[in-house]
Amino acid sequence: MIHSLFLINCSGDIFLEKHWKSVVSQSVCDYFFEAQEKAADVENVPPVISTPHHYLISIYRDKLFFVSVIQTEVPPLFVIEFLHRVADTFQDYFGECSEAAIKDNVVIVYELLEEMLDNGFPLATESNILKELIKPPTILRSVVNSITGSSNVGDTLPTGQLSNIPWRRAGVKYTNNEAYFDVVEEIDAIIDKSGATVFAEIQGVIDACIKLSGMPDLSLSFMNPRLLDDVSFHPCIRFKRWESERVLSFIPPDGNFRLISYRVSSQNLVAIPVYVKHSISFKENSSAGRFDITIGPKQNMGKTIEGITVTVHMPKVVLNMNLTPTQGSYTFDPVTKVLTWDVGKITPQKLPSLKGLVNLQSGAPKPEENPSLNIQFRIQQLAISGLKVNRLDMYGEKYKPFKGVKYVTKAGKFQVRT
Amino acid sequence: MLESNKDSAKLDAMKRIVGMIAKGKNASELFPAVVKNVASKNIEIKKLVYVYLVRYAEEQQDLALLSISTFQRALKDPNQLIRASALRVLSSIRVPIIVPIMMLAIKEASADLSPYVRKNAAHAIQKLYSLDPDQKEMLIEVIEKLLKDKSTLVAGSVVMAFEEVCPDRIDLIHKNYRKLCNLLVDVEEWGQVVIIHMLTRYARTQFVSPWKEDDGLEDNEKNFYESDDEQKEKTDQKKKPYTMDPDHRLLIRNTKPLLQSRNAAVVMAVAQLYWHISPKSEAGIISKSLVRLLRSNREVQYIVLQNIATMSIQRKGLFEPYLKSFYVRSTDPTMIKTLKLEILTNLANEANISTLLREFQTYVKSQDKQFAAATIQTIGRCATNISEVTDTCLNGLVCLLSNRDEIVVAESVVVIKKLLQMQPVQHGEIIKHMAKLLDSITVPVARASILWLIGENCERVPVIAPDVLRKMAKSFTNEDDLVKLQILNLAAKLYLTNSKQTKLLTQYILNLGKYDQNYDIRDRTRFIRQLIVPNEKSGALSKYAKKIFLAQKPAPLLESPFKDRDHFQLGTLSHTLNTKATGYLELSNWPEVAPDPSVRDVEVVELAKELIPAGKAKKENPAKKFYSESEEEEESSDSSSDSESESGSESGEEGDSSEDSSEDSSSEQDSESGSESKGENKRTAKRNSKIKEESDSEDGEKENEKSKTSNSSNAESSSIEESSSDSESESESESEIESESRKVTKEREKKTKQDRNPLAKDISLLDLDDFNPVSTPVALPTPALSPSLIADLEGLNLSTSSSVISVSTPVFVPMKTHVLLHRMSGKGLAAHYFFPRQPCIFGDKMVSVQITLNNTTDQKIANIHIGEKKLPIGMQIHVFNPIESLEPEGSITVSMGIDFCDSTQTASFQLCTKDDCFNVNIQPPVGELLLPVAMSEKDFKKEQGMLTGMNETSTVIITAPQNFTPSVILQKVVNVANVGVVPSGQDNIHRFAAKTVHSGSLMLLTVELKEGSTAQLIINTEKTVIGSVLLRELKPVLSQG
Repeated sequence: MIHSLFLINCSGDIFLEKHWKSVVSQSVCDYFFEAQEKAADVENVPPVISTPHHYLISIYRDKLFFVSVIQTEVPPLFVIEFLHRVADTFQDYFGECSEAAIKDNVVIVYELLEEMLDNGFPLATESNILKELIKPPTILRSVVNSITGSSNVGDTLPTGQLSNIPWRRAGVKYTNNEAYFDVVEEIDAIIDKSGATVFAEIQGVIDACIKLSGMPDLSLSFMNPRLLDDVSFHPCIRFKRWESERVLSFIPPDGNFRLISYRVSSQNLVAIPVYVKHSISFKENSSAGRFDITIGPKQNMGKTIEGITVTVHMPKVVLNMNLTPTQGSYTFDPVTKVLTWDVGKITPQKLPSLKGLVNLQSGAPKPEENPSLNIQFRIQQLAISGLKVNRLDMYGEKYKPFKGVKYVTKAGKFQVRT
Repeated sequence: MLESNKDSAKLDAMKRIVGMIAKGKNASELFPAVVKNVASKNIEIKKLVYVYLVRYAEEQQDLALLSISTFQRALKDPNQLIRASALRVLSSIRVPIIVPIMMLAIKEASADLSPYVRKNAAHAIQKLYSLDPDQKEMLIEVIEKLLKDKSTLVAGSVVMAFEEVCPDRIDLIHKNYRKLCNLLVDVEEWGQVVIIHMLTRYARTQFVSPWKEDDGLEDNEKNFYESDDEQKEKTDQKKKPYTMDPDHRLLIRNTKPLLQSRNAAVVMAVAQLYWHISPKSEAGIISKSLVRLLRSNREVQYIVLQNIATMSIQRKGLFEPYLKSFYVRSTDPTMIKTLKLEILTNLANEANISTLLREFQTYVKSQDKQFAAATIQTIGRCATNISEVTDTCLNGLVCLLSNRDEIVVAESVVVIKKLLQMQPVQHGEIIKHMAKLLDSITVPVARASILWLIGENCERVPVIAPDVLRKMAKSFTNEDDLVKLQILNLAAKLYLTNSKQTKLLTQYILNLGKYDQNYDIRDRTRFIRQLIVPNEKSGALSKYAKKIFLAQKPAPLLESPFKDRDHFQLGTLSHTLNTKATGYLELSNWPEVAPDPSVRDVEVVELAKELIPAGKAKKENPAKKFYSESEEEEESSDSSSDSESESGSESGEEGDSSEDSSEDSSSEQDSESGSESKGENKRTAKRNSKIKEESDSEDGEKENEKSKTSNSSNAESSSIEESSSDSESESESESEIESESRKVTKEREKKTKQDRNPLAKDISLLDLDDFNPVSTPVALPTPALSPSLIADLEGLNLSTSSSVISVSTPVFVPMKTHVLLHRMSGKGLAAHYFFPRQPCIFGDKMVSVQITLNNTTDQKIANIHIGEKKLPIGMQIHVFNPIESLEPEGSITVSMGIDFCDSTQTASFQLCTKDDCFNVNIQPPVGELLLPVAMSEKDFKKEQGMLTGMNETSTVIITAPQNFTPSVILQKVVNVANVGVVPSGQDNIHRFAAKTVHSGSLMLLTVELKEGSTAQLIINTEKTVIGSVLLRELKPVLSQG
């Protein structure tokens, strides 16, 4: 399946290559560079490229290209999903998935890739298993290793690999047994000029951090499970229980993982927590324009909205912006033409606004379309859909775990057209 | 350093070497020194040496042989990890000499006790095959052995090997088909993808098509390459009712949970499986999951959108509800934007085009000009596809002509040209406007388009055409080749129609063309000159010159670029690239006749229990649809017998030591389904007898009764059968022949049942519990059901999802009728409908509607039936039985069921008579979407407590105090909505409870009387939309005097 993998940085250097079958020359990447050049923008490089003898499937993550070489028919999503899993694993091991981190840990990267794929077919991709096979680098361990000469590589087969719950390792022990769940909901919305909602939906995830000894069997139930319209599960969840009782029952992996992600049924109206008043105008035949936006709370369920950031991709003809915020600070990057306004919290007494002048390139025609505003915000202790965790029960172990649920609502792809 | 005695030094050296390999530098000269360390005790050194060896062994074959003995020793190691990794490295060394050693190792490893080693053996098969294809036969033997493996770990890898080595040996799969289907959920995700793709191909060769012929213009399109006689055979087949092979059903059912996978590849694989092999009616569930994937990263979006684009061409309905999910954001990369646009175009229809056009307007202004241009093309396509909006689109495009951006203008010109060509209407104004544009616009394609348009319509714009030609003649030498060709065309056309004014100009242009640098243009010039300029040599052709040049040209078809992709299997690389990738395996067409299904029967005894769910799949599914909730009730009452059977089958299994949880779960499900269907059968019998009584009193036709008894006895016999199969799973000693024969009889039974179906339409109420995948309209026995029968049936049909909710009878049934079809518009046929507020007998999610038909003409109206239905997504109608004839002045009442999906959207359908069809629609008042619920005050408060916050809506009502007597409130509320009264302890609070018909969500209504003449009305429900609509309707009713 996957023949080879090349890691390429932004400036087009191939800094790592790995082959699972016979060696494919680096020159195959030339086709990729060609496509990259044609696409102009990194975002626009087609994920699947056909070359005379091979097919290249690539992903772009954290300013790196993961380019895999394929020789025969394979579902492209299979490869894409796997490459993302590789990137996730690097992230997990080194804290970041960057060129420097990978170069520093080239041996571990190689060992990981060797374990993850055999003959191009995925072998072990669960991070719990990989961590038993190859220990993640820590400063302490590298010191100890250099003194004692012991290795990073486990010499027994991880038990998880053989059991039918491959995501959990055996013999987990904690002194403090804890299970935390974060219910994170994101509002995706497109708001049109007049403030009407063109499209809005709520996407949520439940991330779990579980540190429990032994083999706990958990079941999580909701007050209002009917809200969940479409759900995707971590493999640990028993589908049958969910179908019949709407209860999440599972033996959790150890550590952090994403339990479910869900979409709230579109029949329910989505509350939009903020509104934006805007007036952006560019004058004809003059090199100036006006820019004025105000943000206010709306349907926020009595909670404060924090962490508001407004990002605007200004048109190319904008040279500079001269603005005064009543709150927070703003930056304008004249190269990428991105305006970022870090607002912070909204206090209803005094609504934050950003006003000022826009300098345009003189002589150039005024832009026809006003830029759309991308808004980020966060509301703590609220799941906007109204989803509530009812209870968490544990079976199979004697001790009493410490449990906690946290709710947070964020803006997802929240866009206001102006 | 490699020579050093210290491990740490060696390790350090190896790390550096690996670093070199990673960078792609050549480290092969170190080979001898590295190979020596292959036997190192340090496991990390060893691993790194393996890495090195695999990389360079191919180049240094002789030296690599030195290491082989180490691996052979390691293959016997007690540690399974070491055995596995030795096999991995050994098989990765691409040295032809060791092929026999590898073969031996693979054979041994495939019998290893550890599934992990067996998994590696499966991988090794592919490696050996690519090294030496001659070993194929031997390898197939190993694959065959490994396919029988019951471990979930091995399944994925061996199927992968199968796909690579011998994808055509479908016979190897037969015996393992059911096992693979049942294991699927527990296989690791990568294996799932491979297995699902393989099973899709398998299903396409082994089962007959579940696609109904009549829903199939698209089908025919799909199978257009099939020869005619095949088509004929298909229509022949149509006569036989189609029953789905239980194994086919098994596959579809077992893959369904995987739609919920977190792995996009798995979801896509299931989606394509549903697309390619499931009945069309069931494929709907994939759209939700695919839309979910759009939240994923850019690459996944790209692939998924491509697949959706292909699907949306063939079946718009699938993705229509998610239209808004495809709206473009300004931050999307261009390739995603264009794909979304493509899908939006495919989904456009009369209903949504106005919203879409508004959306497109935003896109046209986008800063991303490439995208704006694509949008214009899209508008053009919408304009041609939907004739209603053609003019609107055209006007919009003309407005765009004054846009400042040249690319936008150019694109608009091209699209307008295409549109005008399609509409031979007079559009002189537009053409004149475009002629003016010629002065300013510079994009060659647009200029060429304008010239072509003028030439084509030169008779309509006689004044400007020669003028344009004059201008063009001036600038001819500086034009692009494309434009030059069009100038020549224009000149020729004008010469033919208006030679007086343009003769000289044409001569001049032809002369210019003669000495052009481009040979195409010289060629064209020569051709035109010969054709149009009369001279003595010119042959017969010049007479026809006018016909040749000014012939009616067929309008171009604006088609989706994804139109031709559907012959590739979805989700494959070939589909993405739209070319056949190496190793792409064609998805075969459905066979005409299914190959013998018995090949999949397994002779192993313990697999007999897997046969049962397969055989039962038929029964189970429809049962779920019809009685899903009441079953639970039944189950709980029968719990003792249930637990018995469950424990029985489980204890039977414990003997199987090798079972893992998957088998456990499947057996659980077995026993569950067993008990379920048992309960069901009991009920069937009960119900049959009830209905018998009922219809006895109503009409005593003997024939009817006879068939009924036979039917109920049938059901009885099948229940016996089922129980025997249950006991079989306990005993586990049934021989294959028996199970075989049982199946055959079952099948025969089913067939006879179905044969009877069309004969005895009157009794088809009984047939409801027969599974009938072809959704033939099930008929109603008597026009109006007597209320007592409904009351009898009630107990069976009503859902009781929790102990609190039990449905009660309606408090009040308003006799208000609504006009469905007025006699004036219905050519004498009048129809009224009202909501009897009875639970629907056709399905527990449906609202029952009674329709009274009146014949006001003086002739018989024959064959009254429901024709084409235009329903919003998800909505279903259970139609009434066609009425053969209605006497003059006669009237007849029929019942039908409509599943409104808890929305007040109208259900539109056609009411047809023999000669006419009338479009009618039913819009339910929100109060009719409810079923009354009886609950105690305590339960009410508890439920209300759970439905606060966003789920609560309230309002204040002001009215005269005399309206606040309990009876008045009760009467007003139940008049509007079908709710049940909850006994209240307080005088000033009135409570009502109901649940929505479709989803069964609670709807709690509270009227709290306050001081003075105010009252508060509170509605608590999960369905906030319905809640607020109901609130709005109740408020005026309660406040008026």
